[in-house]
Amino acid sequence: MTASAAADTSRYSYYVTNEAYGDLVEDFAPDWQDDDNLITELAERDLFRGKLEREARILDRLLFEEWLELYTRDCFYWVPGTPNGGDPRTEIAVMFDDRRRLEDRIYRFRTGYAWSQAPSSRTSRLVSNVEVFKSRRDDQRMVRSNFAISEFWDGEIRVLAGWAGHRFRKVAGDWLISAKQVNLLNCDQCIRNPSIIL
Amino acid sequence: MAIDQLQVSHRLRNSPTYDWDELVQEDRVHRTIYTDPAIFEAEMTQIFGGTWVYLAHESQIPNPNDFITAKLGLRPLIMTRDDEGTIRALYNRCTHRGTTLCRWDKGNSRAFQCPYHGWNFSNTGKLRGVPWADGYADKLVRDPKYNLAQVPRVESYRGFIFGTLNLDAPSLADYLGPIRRPIDEWLDRNPGGKVIVCEANRMKYKGNWKLAYDNSGDGYHVVYSHRSLLETENRFKDEAASKGMSYYQVASPDDLPAYIHYMGNGHHFKDKRPNLKPKPGGLWEIESLHPGMEHVQDKLRARYGERAEAMLDLAGSEPVNINIFPNLSLLGNHIQVFQPVSTDETDAIWYGTRIEDVDGTLGEEALNDINAIRMRTQEGFPNFGEVDDITNFEQIQRGLACLEDEWIYMHRGYGIPGRFQTLEDGTIKGPCTDELFMREYIKEWKRLMKADPNIQIRREPTP
Repeated sequence: MTASAAADTSRYSYYVTNEAYGDLVEDFAPDWQDDDNLITELAERDLFRGKLEREARILDRLLFEEWLELYTRDCFYWVPGTPNGGDPRTEIAVMFDDRRRLEDRIYRFRTGYAWSQAPSSRTSRLVSNVEVFKSRRDDQRMVRSNFAISEFWDGEIRVLAGWAGHRFRKVAGDWLISAKQVNLLNCDQCIRNPSIIL
Repeated sequence: MAIDQLQVSHRLRNSPTYDWDELVQEDRVHRTIYTDPAIFEAEMTQIFGGTWVYLAHESQIPNPNDFITAKLGLRPLIMTRDDEGTIRALYNRCTHRGTTLCRWDKGNSRAFQCPYHGWNFSNTGKLRGVPWADGYADKLVRDPKYNLAQVPRVESYRGFIFGTLNLDAPSLADYLGPIRRPIDEWLDRNPGGKVIVCEANRMKYKGNWKLAYDNSGDGYHVVYSHRSLLETENRFKDEAASKGMSYYQVASPDDLPAYIHYMGNGHHFKDKRPNLKPKPGGLWEIESLHPGMEHVQDKLRARYGERAEAMLDLAGSEPVNINIFPNLSLLGNHIQVFQPVSTDETDAIWYGTRIEDVDGTLGEEALNDINAIRMRTQEGFPNFGEVDDITNFEQIQRGLACLEDEWIYMHRGYGIPGRFQTLEDGTIKGPCTDELFMREYIKEWKRLMKADPNIQIRREPTP
């Protein structure tokens, strides 16, 4: 495998290493959102709130390719199956995606044969209580938000609710999402048709 | 251990008087077996009571005084392991007023105290005490009728715990019968022949539980219901091998070496392993692409050479569907459990499994790498395949609202001479897209619905 092929994270998965898992578990350890780490500057809070609201808008509009642009090339999208997050190396998650698997999700929607999304859900996402926290690295921020996704599918509206942790990393001067942990309130319960991107 | 048998009153036997032979025919079944609430209610005794039902896995309660909550049909249970290691399936129901005692999914406790009036029970089910006992004319702790009800027969097969209320049911080993062979093979491919249950992908659908069991051995739906999955896992055209279940995408899948095998007592087995290249790494070669896959593959190959292929197979999804009537399915590396909720609602829980380095041959680092990949391979199908199936189950339930269009067909392969082979042990083999297994298991369902099971509960004796 050449270095350039390995860098093509849409095609090959070389960055999901024990070290990367370890960083993820450490960055998302419960104390990341303690007051000690809170960044109170309004400008910074506004900056990240804007990024989360933009993500919600893009997902509501099903603009998945644009959504991917918000993420680093070595990103993680993680919906834990337990309220404490756990360790994805030893536990099944509701979803645990690297870049390629995120692109798989989008590819599947686009086949036209993803019956669980034919027709697609319509969503309206509320993002609130946005707070920004320092992280272990200077080029990294952790952002906590609460969400309520109203999802219309199969004639009904339901609400998917919980809180999200976004790990942002500065890449070429821009803050990109290097990991998103979506904590559904009912993550350890049986969920009907869990097929939209949260 | 002495058992107090308490006969369940015959007034519970309110099984509706249907003409079961009219509803379940050789080649078709009537819509009402999926839609009639009275039939569902009868199933909760005749099936989820009258025959062996999977309750839990021993690795979920490994230590003394561990417990998890579970269900037998709709009955809430607490599965306990007592100080001495004995496993019980206690009814999660206070003998006083009926309150559930335990509202946690799992934990470790010697006793359960009712949150309502404080009655206290040990994890053997015995009543230990009640508040202000002198307000009762008799000593309650001396009367066994106040001990928790429990499933009278609880047996394990290689870590899988089953229970039945029917004292006349055969032994668990006899009930499983020939399906034990594929269960053994499914376990024995892992180090030490064992797996550990970890977390689960938990889903729910608005449809009858039998729609999932009908699907569990169905090789006919794969190319259509899972078309989005097959297209997605084969989107890179430069891969050396076709991925996942794309072996079904041939002109005549019935000519594949894969087969469906009806194993008796409602159990069946779809074996897709013969489609693999019979070599170490043959499974890994068709595994679809998962997070971290190339990293671990290259690392293990560099370190272990040819030995790495068999190690990688441990992370691959074993291509079998081992379906144990009425509610258990072993597929890939999953332990899937079908949990009826109501006539038209079912929970489908896909427990993940990980392996242990039982004999030290893998080493800690390889074990961790294999298990991490094994988690990702297990998340694949529920996320990209099962969601489409359960959508189709829901749409069947909706279609069955057409009252006048009464029949559902399961006759693929029926009436074609020479299509099946009945083996010496009475099991029947056929082509992998055949609905043979549906026709056979629904006969077992019909037999149980007509039967008069000896339904009882038990309580611990009181000296």
